[in-house]
Amino acid sequence: MTIFLLRRLLSAVVLLVVVSFLARVLLYQGIGDVARNVLGESATEEQVALKNQELGLDQPLIVQYFDWLSNAISGDLGVSFFSSQSVWDTLLIRLPVTLSLVVVVTLLTGVVAFAVGIYAAVRKGWVDRTLQILATLGDALPPYIVALFLVTFFAIQQKIFPATGFIPLTESPAGWARTITLPVIALAIGGVAGVAQQVRSSTLGVLHHDYIRTVRSRGLSERRIILTSVLRNASTNGLTSLAVQVVGILGGAVFIEVLFALPGLGSLAVEAAFRTDLPLIVGVVLALMLIVVTVNLVVDILVAWLNPKVRLS
Amino acid sequence: MTLATEVPTDVEPVVPRSGLVRRFLRNPLGLLSTLVLLAVIVIAVVVPFLGLPDPNGVNLREANRAPGAAHLLGTDGSGRDIFSRIMWGTQVLLAGSGISLAISMAIGVATGLMAGYYGGWFDSVASWFNNLTMSLPGIVVLLAVTTVVGPNVYIAMATFGILLTPAFFRVVRGAVQAVRNELYVDAARVSGLSDARIIARHILTVVRAPVIIQAARVASIAISVQAGLELLGITDSTVPSWGNMLNEGFRKIALSPGLILWPSLAIGLVSMALILVGNALRDALEDRGHGTTRAVRLPARTAVEPSATPAPAHPANALLSVQNLKVAYGTGSGQKEVVHGVSLHVAPGEVLGLVGESGSGKTQTAFAVLGLLPEGGHVSDGSILFDGKELTALGTKDRTALRGTDIAYIPQEPMSNLDPAFRIGHQLTVPMRTRLGLSKADARSRALALLARVGIADPEKTFKSYPHEVSGGMAQRVLIAGAVSCNPRLLIADEPTTALDVTVQAEVLDLLRDLQRETGMAVVMVTHNFGVVADICDRVAVMQSGRLVEVDTVEKILTAPSQSYTQKLLDSMLEDGPARPYPFDDDDSAASPLKAKE
Repeated sequence: MTIFLLRRLLSAVVLLVVVSFLARVLLYQGIGDVARNVLGESATEEQVALKNQELGLDQPLIVQYFDWLSNAISGDLGVSFFSSQSVWDTLLIRLPVTLSLVVVVTLLTGVVAFAVGIYAAVRKGWVDRTLQILATLGDALPPYIVALFLVTFFAIQQKIFPATGFIPLTESPAGWARTITLPVIALAIGGVAGVAQQVRSSTLGVLHHDYIRTVRSRGLSERRIILTSVLRNASTNGLTSLAVQVVGILGGAVFIEVLFALPGLGSLAVEAAFRTDLPLIVGVVLALMLIVVTVNLVVDILVAWLNPKVRLS
Repeated sequence: MTLATEVPTDVEPVVPRSGLVRRFLRNPLGLLSTLVLLAVIVIAVVVPFLGLPDPNGVNLREANRAPGAAHLLGTDGSGRDIFSRIMWGTQVLLAGSGISLAISMAIGVATGLMAGYYGGWFDSVASWFNNLTMSLPGIVVLLAVTTVVGPNVYIAMATFGILLTPAFFRVVRGAVQAVRNELYVDAARVSGLSDARIIARHILTVVRAPVIIQAARVASIAISVQAGLELLGITDSTVPSWGNMLNEGFRKIALSPGLILWPSLAIGLVSMALILVGNALRDALEDRGHGTTRAVRLPARTAVEPSATPAPAHPANALLSVQNLKVAYGTGSGQKEVVHGVSLHVAPGEVLGLVGESGSGKTQTAFAVLGLLPEGGHVSDGSILFDGKELTALGTKDRTALRGTDIAYIPQEPMSNLDPAFRIGHQLTVPMRTRLGLSKADARSRALALLARVGIADPEKTFKSYPHEVSGGMAQRVLIAGAVSCNPRLLIADEPTTALDVTVQAEVLDLLRDLQRETGMAVVMVTHNFGVVADICDRVAVMQSGRLVEVDTVEKILTAPSQSYTQKLLDSMLEDGPARPYPFDDDDSAASPLKAKE
C-alpha cells in the first residue's frame, strides 16, 4: 500500500513538472519577444534588453525553467505583467471560488450518480430509461448552454437566484449557497449522467459475477448485498470515471465562471489570455493541474482502499 | 458535456459483422440523426447560393424584429438576420470542428496502430503522453494558446485536435492489441506479408467501426468547445458563427433573452445528432435492440399456478421433494424451457447425486431449489417442497430467510465465488452475525473454528486474507466453511471439485463426506463425475436434456443401470479400463469408497 501510494505520488509530481515545463517554455518561446510585448512598440532597444534581463529571459531555457521552478516551490510565481500583482496572491484570492464549485459539483455528482446508476441497474424500468435519455442530453448539451437557460429562467425571469456574483462561504453560508446553486447545477448535469452510466454498467457487470450468487445463497437481504458487495465492487469504475469527469468540470468551470461573473481561476484564465499575461496564465495552469492531481490521488487512494487487488499493481 | 479532453473509452473493439448498415438504418433515431448531419453539411455547401440576407448586414432600424416574413427567425440587436446567421454558421462550425476531428483522427489512429502493433518503447511513450493529455483541462490549454497566438478559433481548434487524440489512440491501440496475436494475423506474418499490408488488410478492418463511433463523439465535443470559445470571444467577431451569436445573446440576456434560443438549439441539435449516430452505430455493432430495459419483476413474486394435473404425491419423509419441476427463461412466446418436469426427493441426512452432461439441466434444477436462477429464469411449473413448505409459493423475503440456515450452497469455481473486495473473515462472519445473531467475537471464533475444521493450516492468517491471496483449494475450503456456517439442513453442492487439482479434489471430497456425517445434513451433489458419485452419494438421479433419466441407489446405477444413457455416461468415463466395474483412480482401488461403504 505504501509503495502504491509513493508511486502514485511520484507520477503526480512528474506530471506537474512536465506540464509546468511545457507551459513555461512553450508559452514564453511561442510569444517570442516577451519584453517588447510587455513594454510596447515604443520601447527602445536598451529598455527591452533591460527588461529581458530583469525577467531573466536572457538566460538559457533550462536555466530559466529551473529558476522559475525553484521560485515556484518557495511560493513565488512572479508578478503579473499587467497589474504587477503577485501571481501567487492572485491565485490564492481566486482559488476558493473555483474550489467551491469543483468540490460541491464533484461530491454531488458522485453521490447522485452512484445512487441513480445502481438503482437503474438493479430495478431498470423508467429510472433506467430516463437515465439513458439524460445521459444523451448531458453529452449533447454543453454546460454553458444549460447555464444560459438557467440564468434566463431562474435569475432574470423568476429572480430566485442571483445571475452573477459570488459570496464567500466564510462571509455568509446562505449567500454562498445561493450564488453557487445555478453554476453547480449547470456544471453537474452532464457529469452526473455520464458517471451514472458508468456506475450502471459496472453494477450490471458485478451483478453477473458468481460471488453475488454465493452471497445471496448465504441468506443476506438483497438491500444489504447491493449496499455492500455490489456497491463496493462497482465503485472502482465509477470513481475512476468521476476522476476523469473532474477534468471536464474544471474545463466547464471556465465558461460557468465567466457567465456567472464568478471571480475564480477559470475567469482569471480568460482575463490573462486576453491580456497576454504570461506569468498569470502559467500560474493558473499550474493551480488547475494541482487540483486535477489532488483529485486523482484522492480517487486512487479511495479505489485502493475499496479494491484490495488494485494495491498490488 | 465534456469540455476537457475527457475521452469516451467504453467502445469495445468489435469485429464488424455483415448487415451492420442494415441494422444501423433500422434504428429510427440513428437514421434521423444521419439525415440531420447530412443536412448541415449540405447547408454549409449551398448557403452562398440561397440568396439569404447578408448575415453581417447591420441595419439598426431593423433591430430586434420578431420572426416574420422578411426575417424568418427575426433579427438581433444590430438588425442582422438570425436565420441567415444560423445558416452561415454551419460553415464556420464545420471548418473549425473539422480541423479538430481531422487532426485528432490522423494522429490518434496512426499512433494507436503503431503502439498497438509494435508495442515496445513507442507504446510506453505514446501511452504516457496520452495519459498526460487526458489530465489537462482542454479549455485552459486553449486559453494559454490564445495568449500566444491571439484570438484565432482555427488555431485553437487545431490545438484542441491534438488534445483529443487519446480518443482515437486508446480505442485503436486496444483493438489492435486484441487481434495482433490472433492466428490469422500470425499466419499473414508467417506467409511473408509486409507489416503495412497486414495492417491495411487485417487490422484496419477491426478498428474501422470503433473509429467511426469515436469520430461522432469527438466531433460533438469539438462542436461544443468551438462554440464555447466563440462565446468567450476567442474568435473574429465579424464571422457569423453560432458561438458568436451566443456571445451576443449573453451580453443582451436581460433585454432580449430570446437571442440565445436559436444558436443553442442549433448546437444542441447537431451535438445530439452526432451522439445518437454514435450510439446507434454502437448498438448496431453489438447487435442489441434499443429500449432493452424493461422493469425487473422481483423473482418469486409470481407464485406458480398449481399444476393442472393432480399434484403428484410428495414422499412423506422427504426433506426436499421436487415434483414435475419446469424451469424456463424469457416470457411469452419467447419462453424457452430448459428443465422439463423433474421429480426427485432427498431424505434428511441423505446424499443425492445429480448427474448428467453439461446442459442436462442439473445445475438449473439446483438453482431452482435455491431460488437463485440467473436473470430471466423462473420456475414455470411444478412444486418444490422443503420441510413441508411450498417454496414456489414463498415471497422473496421468506425465500431469502431459508437460504444459509436451511438450504446452503457450494459453488463450482472457488476463485470467482469469493467477493474480491472483502476479507475472508468478513465474508464468513457477516452471515453468522445476521442470520444466527452471533456477536462479533462469537462469529469470529466460530469462523476460525470452521476454517480449522475445513483443513486450513493457519486460520488466523486466512481469516485476515483477501480472496486473491489464497489458493483455489483453500478458497473452496473457505466456501465450504461458509456454506455450513449456519448449520443448514440441506447442502447443494454444484460440482464442488471440478475446478480443483486432482489431489485437492480427493481431500475436498473427504472433507464434504466427513462434514455430512458429523452434521447429518442432507446433500444434493451436482456432478458429472461418477467417481464423486461413488465416493459420497447414497442415491443417484441421472439427467439428460432437462429430463430425469433414472433414479436409483448408487450401487444399482454403477453396476446395473437400467437406462442405456446412464450406461453410455458410465462408459465414457471408463474408456481406459473396460475391465473395472466402476471408475476409480488407477492406484486407488484398494481404498475404493464403495468397498468402504460396504
